[in-house]
Amino acid sequence: MEGINAKYVSKKISKTRWRPVSSSSLQQPDIFATGSWDNEDNRISIWSIGENGVSSMDDEFEGDPQLVCEYKHNGDVLDLQFLDQDRIVTASSTGAVTIFRHHHNSQTLSVSQLWERAHHYPCDNAPCTGVVCNSPEIVTVGEDGRIMLFRADQEGVLRTIEKADSSAIHAVTFLRTTEILTVNSIGQLKLWDFRQPGNEPSQILSLSGDRVPLHCVDRHPNQQHIVATGGQDGMLCIWDMRQGNMPFSLMEAHTSEMWEVHFHPSNPDHLFSCSEDGSLLHWESSSNSDTPSFLQGGRNTSIISRSAIAPAGGNQSLINAWLTGDSSKGHLETTHMLPSQMLSVNSLDVLGQCLVCGTDGEAIYVNRHVPI
Amino acid sequence: MEEVDVEPTTTPIPGFDSNQKHLGFVWGPGDILVYETIYKASGGSAGGCPFVHEVRKDEDIYSPILRKLFNESHHIFVGLQRIREDLPSKNKKPQFVSISKNYRSVIRACMEELQQVAVSTQDAALATQYGNQVSILLAVELIWNLCEVLFIDAAPAGSLVLHLLDWVRLHKADVDEKAREVLASESPAEHQAYWDVVISYVLQGRMDEARQVLVKQATLQPAARAMFKLLDNLLMKMPIFNPGETQTLTEFDVKWRHWREEVDRCLQDQSFASNPHLEDICKILVGDEDVLLEHKELLSTWYHFLVTRLLFSHPTVKPTELHYYAQSSMHMFLDTRSVPEPLDSILLAAFEFDIHQVIKDCSIALNNWWFVGHLTDLLDHCKLLQSHNLHFGSNLREFLLLEYASGLFTHHSLWQLAVDYFDHCPEFGRVYLELQIERVPLDTERKALKVIRICEQRQMTEQVRSICKIMAKKALRNNRLGSALSWSIRAKDAAFATLISERFLQDYCAKGTFSDLDLIDNLGPAMLLSDRLTFLGKYREFHRLYGEKRFSDAAKLLLSLMTAKIAPRSFWMTLLTDALPLLEQKEVIFSADQTHELMFCLEELTSEKSVPNPDRPMQDEDIETTKIELLRLALARNLAMAIVKEGTVEV
Repeated sequence: MEGINAKYVSKKISKTRWRPVSSSSLQQPDIFATGSWDNEDNRISIWSIGENGVSSMDDEFEGDPQLVCEYKHNGDVLDLQFLDQDRIVTASSTGAVTIFRHHHNSQTLSVSQLWERAHHYPCDNAPCTGVVCNSPEIVTVGEDGRIMLFRADQEGVLRTIEKADSSAIHAVTFLRTTEILTVNSIGQLKLWDFRQPGNEPSQILSLSGDRVPLHCVDRHPNQQHIVATGGQDGMLCIWDMRQGNMPFSLMEAHTSEMWEVHFHPSNPDHLFSCSEDGSLLHWESSSNSDTPSFLQGGRNTSIISRSAIAPAGGNQSLINAWLTGDSSKGHLETTHMLPSQMLSVNSLDVLGQCLVCGTDGEAIYVNRHVPI
Repeated sequence: MEEVDVEPTTTPIPGFDSNQKHLGFVWGPGDILVYETIYKASGGSAGGCPFVHEVRKDEDIYSPILRKLFNESHHIFVGLQRIREDLPSKNKKPQFVSISKNYRSVIRACMEELQQVAVSTQDAALATQYGNQVSILLAVELIWNLCEVLFIDAAPAGSLVLHLLDWVRLHKADVDEKAREVLASESPAEHQAYWDVVISYVLQGRMDEARQVLVKQATLQPAARAMFKLLDNLLMKMPIFNPGETQTLTEFDVKWRHWREEVDRCLQDQSFASNPHLEDICKILVGDEDVLLEHKELLSTWYHFLVTRLLFSHPTVKPTELHYYAQSSMHMFLDTRSVPEPLDSILLAAFEFDIHQVIKDCSIALNNWWFVGHLTDLLDHCKLLQSHNLHFGSNLREFLLLEYASGLFTHHSLWQLAVDYFDHCPEFGRVYLELQIERVPLDTERKALKVIRICEQRQMTEQVRSICKIMAKKALRNNRLGSALSWSIRAKDAAFATLISERFLQDYCAKGTFSDLDLIDNLGPAMLLSDRLTFLGKYREFHRLYGEKRFSDAAKLLLSLMTAKIAPRSFWMTLLTDALPLLEQKEVIFSADQTHELMFCLEELTSEKSVPNPDRPMQDEDIETTKIELLRLALARNLAMAIVKEGTVEV
């Protein structure tokens, strides 16, 4: 756990996201954005941990995050995504969806676009709980059970799926360019295809047994049928979208709600999850036999690529480590990445070798040497 | 009524003239709501002002920089509570000292940040406010440090003076600054602050640094070299008690007395007569109080004077003797002013080892409970507080922590920290938490989930129920039946689940189709929460089976709904009407027995309705009777066909 220090920021952090780095450059990310919640005045802030010309002389620790700029935000920041290098989309508890623009020259933020009542009830505001983007398209979901499709730079709504869900939708992610996955508070994973007209999902998957609300969802970066979700009971579920109605494997991860789950974007054998119980887990899957994978040749089909560059296209016939079904067969290592006795870790993001997370203890933790 | 210790401060309410009107007020958990009444001071009444003012006592929790203090100290607090009880107290002392140092470093970090902001801000009012906060934090850290030295570390005689010296040095940092300035100048020995620097170093017991600076002067005056060499020698030879060595206190005492005699001899010999500064230094080394008092500006505080005095007159002072010297130092140093500053009396109380007085004075002087709460908690863990039961049942530590945490709970964001503090108040913490947690405003589902998780972890089922009910009602109001249902499932609230199912059924009767099919189709074991909910699920299943043309299964299900009494009576008519198409099929679906049961149900239903209701319009009555007649006909026909079918024997 060395290399991780707390930066206290005087507001509870609900979301942290790295600014994307261009895939060609091998640079580590150095800018991240955070959103706050439960404050009378909430802010979105941009921080820097690199030698960006903004770090001050009295840095106590190397890489202590420095505030670059911040901007007032109406309502809690319930989700935050980078649309591209300059723009950030946020989902607010007032039901608004906002695009902020970061001006690099003046190091300021300003509101570039605002959809005020993207999510609403007939008489009240409904919080917008999730936003995901595939520039220039933006998909948002909210507690009103609606799915909205916007386009950056266009005023109006591109498409609305009314009554998509009778309960609150908690998170959304892209499965393919035209398909999204949503999770809701009655424990269902729904697949929506934008090419289809109408308001029905293409597929509904759920756990049999207790209807535990699901809070987060993430797709494997290379193999698009593998999806991970986390829910109220802290269980990590891995689903295979091609087959069945049921999750492929269930693993006990945390003792309370799991707020976010992320596959590492370039090294998907690694998974990260964070939870209300104050822990951040790093899951690492590897082959179960003692012989190193390069000596196994064709005998063992559960070969996991350990190189940093994932095989292009992803050979479908390889059984992915996450789908070994029985977690005792595959070898799954989990490590705690944060000191104990913390308040809830609300959000995490991982890119390259850098991990950032934000907690209810009003602190941000940055780890620049994640072992992957 | 008890006497008030200090004069209460008055806060003027803007726009209110106390001569004109009476003020009304009501207490809140951390503040007062104040409003202008319609009653005039001199009888009669007049129109009032429509404003309600909120008067807060504690501004600090709203300061963004001080918030970091609260968060970091919360982390340390929780860590402290989890130190295992079974370790012997000998091993725990270093742990407590390090925790105390942690707290202090947090205070220092906050202070530095405040200082930076105070310097850089443009707004004068803000700068003063920050400046005030900095000075309060300085005082707080000073007191905490002293408490750590005296109470937690509990240094014995010998090391006591050394620790006190460290304490003074830490809080008098301007000496180093001045020294830097002097040494950086062209000719340090002729700098006007030169002798101040030397004497300050000596007063703080920093002999090596004093010697280094003195060398500059010595080189300038080669003629007086012998004198400087002598002083340098004296300074070098001053014995310092080293607790690590095997030297006992008495040995040290003997050595020190020898050295002191030597210095005294030098003074008597008039060795330093030609240079008044060096003579002063020599007199200081002997502990001449008059000379010490001459350098009041360099000492600047009576406690510095006290420690210097002890260093040069009584380095082996015992903790129990401290208070005598403290009192006399204070009287000697301060003029006969009217009232000593609060800080002075607090420090004096600390030197007298009167912990309760320290806590009491700090509580009065500071405007929030942060400092006294954490300090008392730490002292309690060191087992230094006698179990001092207050009138209202809990002990001092718990009282202070409860006050602090209640103050935190009024903050829109810091309430989460307060939960942990309540957890560690064994007597009343739970009750306080139960009352406060229900009043946290719930704007989003996410916040409600966090609050519920807090309650569930502490088995506060009542609170869980009430919060879930609030959220479910909110959802219902916005017609979000699925959300409402998931909240009632979380609370295991059967009554509410019944209510929601009724809504669904009403919707069905009104529209003819089910809304929110994704919810009803996938209820799973949650269906068993309430009878009505089970019925809803099963009824929907019936529709599904019918849609899939699995008529016999549908029929069985329909019948079981009525016979197992899952269906509410009011719905039986609808169910029977649903049975009609099944009865009318060419193929016989209901067996004879099943038909008998259906008839029985119909009879039960109609026997209740035998009395015609005069309020119901005639048309409805007609429809009802027609339906019943149709049913009777269909049932009879079905019975006939069933009997025939069952009686037929395949040849």
